[in-house]
Amino acid sequence: MRSPFALVAAIAVSALVLVGCSPSGGEMVEEDSSIYIGSLYEPQNLSNTQGGGQGVTEAFNGNVYEGLYRLTDDGEVEPLLATDAEKSEDGLTYTITLRDDVTFHSGKALTSADVKASVEAVTAEDSQSARASAFAVISGIETPDETTVVFTLSEPSISFLYNLAYIWIVNGEATDLTTTEDGTGPYTLDEWKQGSTLTLTRWDDYWGEAAKNGEVVFNYYTDATAQNNALLTGEIDLITSIQSPDALEQFDDDSYTISEGTSTTKELLAFNDRVAPFNDPLVRKAIYSAIDTKKLLNSIWADYGTLIGSMVPPTDPWYEDLTDVNPYDVDLAKQQLAEAGLPDGFEFTLDTPSYDPHPAVAEFLQSQLAEVGITVNINTISADEWYTKVFQERDFEATLQEHVNDRDVVWYGNPDFYWGYDNADVQQWVAEAEQAATPEAQTELLKKVNQQIAEDAASVWLYLYPQIVVASADVTGYPVNGLNSQFFAYDIVKS
Amino acid sequence: MLPYLLRRLAFLVVSLVVAMIVIFVLLRLLPGDPANALLSVDATPEQIAAAQAQVGSDQPLAQQFFTWAGQMLRFDLGDSYISTLPVAPEIASRLLITLPLTLLAFALALVISVIVGITAAVKSDRWYGSVLSGFSQLGIAVPVFWVGIILVWIFALGLGILPSGGFPRDDWEDPTEALRALILPVITIALVMSASLARYVRAATLDVLGSDYLRTARAGGSGLGEALLRHGVRNGAVPVVAILGIELSTTLLGAVVVESVFSLPGLGSMLLTGIEQHDFANIQGVLVVSTLFVLLVGFVADIGQRLIDPRLRGSVAGNR
Repeated sequence: MRSPFALVAAIAVSALVLVGCSPSGGEMVEEDSSIYIGSLYEPQNLSNTQGGGQGVTEAFNGNVYEGLYRLTDDGEVEPLLATDAEKSEDGLTYTITLRDDVTFHSGKALTSADVKASVEAVTAEDSQSARASAFAVISGIETPDETTVVFTLSEPSISFLYNLAYIWIVNGEATDLTTTEDGTGPYTLDEWKQGSTLTLTRWDDYWGEAAKNGEVVFNYYTDATAQNNALLTGEIDLITSIQSPDALEQFDDDSYTISEGTSTTKELLAFNDRVAPFNDPLVRKAIYSAIDTKKLLNSIWADYGTLIGSMVPPTDPWYEDLTDVNPYDVDLAKQQLAEAGLPDGFEFTLDTPSYDPHPAVAEFLQSQLAEVGITVNINTISADEWYTKVFQERDFEATLQEHVNDRDVVWYGNPDFYWGYDNADVQQWVAEAEQAATPEAQTELLKKVNQQIAEDAASVWLYLYPQIVVASADVTGYPVNGLNSQFFAYDIVKS
Repeated sequence: MLPYLLRRLAFLVVSLVVAMIVIFVLLRLLPGDPANALLSVDATPEQIAAAQAQVGSDQPLAQQFFTWAGQMLRFDLGDSYISTLPVAPEIASRLLITLPLTLLAFALALVISVIVGITAAVKSDRWYGSVLSGFSQLGIAVPVFWVGIILVWIFALGLGILPSGGFPRDDWEDPTEALRALILPVITIALVMSASLARYVRAATLDVLGSDYLRTARAGGSGLGEALLRHGVRNGAVPVVAILGIELSTTLLGAVVVESVFSLPGLGSMLLTGIEQHDFANIQGVLVVSTLFVLLVGFVADIGQRLIDPRLRGSVAGNR
């Protein structure tokens, strides 16, 4: 800017640019654009009660299907298809009023019968829904009129409305929901090309605010490098979840936006608490203190991710920082091992799922535990084998696994769960928390659960995954928090 | 020729049945259960039982096999365990990518290897003859996915003239776009494949060059080129055609790897996803179809050899 002319020209150009913008002062937004989203999680089928997996939640939740309630990107529960909910004094009856202006994509109007059918699909015997056990408390569903549903519970359940946010309201008369859809969301399914793409088209008869883009195309990859290349060459606009920090370097310029949100995915070293020596809390605590989780997180995720001291991520209402309960302290670990009668350490087999990041984590643990005399034999197994060997047959000593859901600390209250943590106090607190009269009472009880499981080192909570979205800089409006794998696409715009 | 043809056909059918049994049994020996792909980490015992009922893995093995074999007799490959979509139409749509990919790569490899192989043989005393021999040695040593990654790096990320992967959503509706998507994968397979093929062509050409009939032809006044064309091609082709059959089948296998590098939704990616999810219906479908492909190629190669070489026609014995 040495000559005055250049300065004047620059100001003039800036003014022109400003004039060219929309009234709000933002950049020009492309109407009806197509948004191309890259993901590694293709749906297995299109039903979330028949094993569609993480992929169908990502593509369909809030986009194609809606619940009575919605879990916002910040973790708040707000009404969606419901307008009002009334809870009886004893907490055993919920009377829910539905919106009366909602139709399914097939054209049928939403009625209370559809809500009843949708909830029954979740609690049905052949249901694969992760919420099936949470809804075991429902003892009856009445539909006194077209817009009213009355749920009767066998015992109070403070998470009832929260759990309803996970239930997709489907057309109760639809016959095939594994390969087709009939929801009420802002998009309809245009086409699912298996192994390649899933296309959602904006639905013009949507009851609420229309989607801001015309079409959303999920592109599925089996190879993370191929997915990164697609973003680099502009074939896709954003990646829902980056799985390696190494990949981020190539997006480190003005053409891309890297966002780190909060995830609920925890990496666990889970012991089989039933078998010796892991039935002794001292041994588990010794292992916890022998592991430098900070160094581990750094080696896997560089500067991303969060350390946690129990099963609870910061977005759960009952979170508190418990990372000091089992500090990294090799001397303490040795001392605890000696107290447990194992001064020379011992040997165990770590069943390690073959996909990232587990093998790298296993090797890290192997070298760290060697320093306190513990020999780790790494046994690599497929994800599928894990379910048979570890999850069902409980034929393991210790294993690595990621647990993706929020509010899942309650599994420590179930002594039959695969890790076999059995503490009567914890079981009672978990049960009481669910029957609590107020959220405050629930929070208080679950905090006690956190403290107790941390004190007992029920498992080792290695770290909380980061949730990293990388997008082309001309794309905005996408959700940044990967809560339970959902990815609302309706506000995404291209400029 | 007719008795041979019938014998050869019977051999094909028996091979297919044996392959089906082997595929079925080997899959069942894998640890794990196809029902597991449907589960989440908080599944209840009831949910596990329901998933096993859904995929049929709670049935006795013999019953599972005869259900499948019965479907096969009706040319029905069943439904996917996981997605519940019928397998046969899915395979058909995947073949729309894998078949053109395989055949184009094969054709290109053939052209490259014939040019390189013959030149390397005839001009083995010149520097470029040696260079071409070296090229084929190098090609054999290089893994196919690596060639794919390098090509993407140069032509997609660097020059930006070709897509880094994927296939148009409307398949072949716009043939130019579809072909553009196949250019890099085709070159990847063809480069690697032509390297090994070129060695066979070169060896066959050297044999022909050293043969008595060629010397006689040249003594009769023919130039080298004319002699090779009139007498050499047919003789040299016999061993090469046998190899071609095997190579074409290998190309199909190469497609599995290349489809993954280029995110092409072909047969290979269907197989990989199927294995990951333990989706036996899909895996069996893909394996049976590709086995049939390999057997048919072998069949055609054998017949082709006999058409080229009359001496083989008399022999009934053997399958080669």
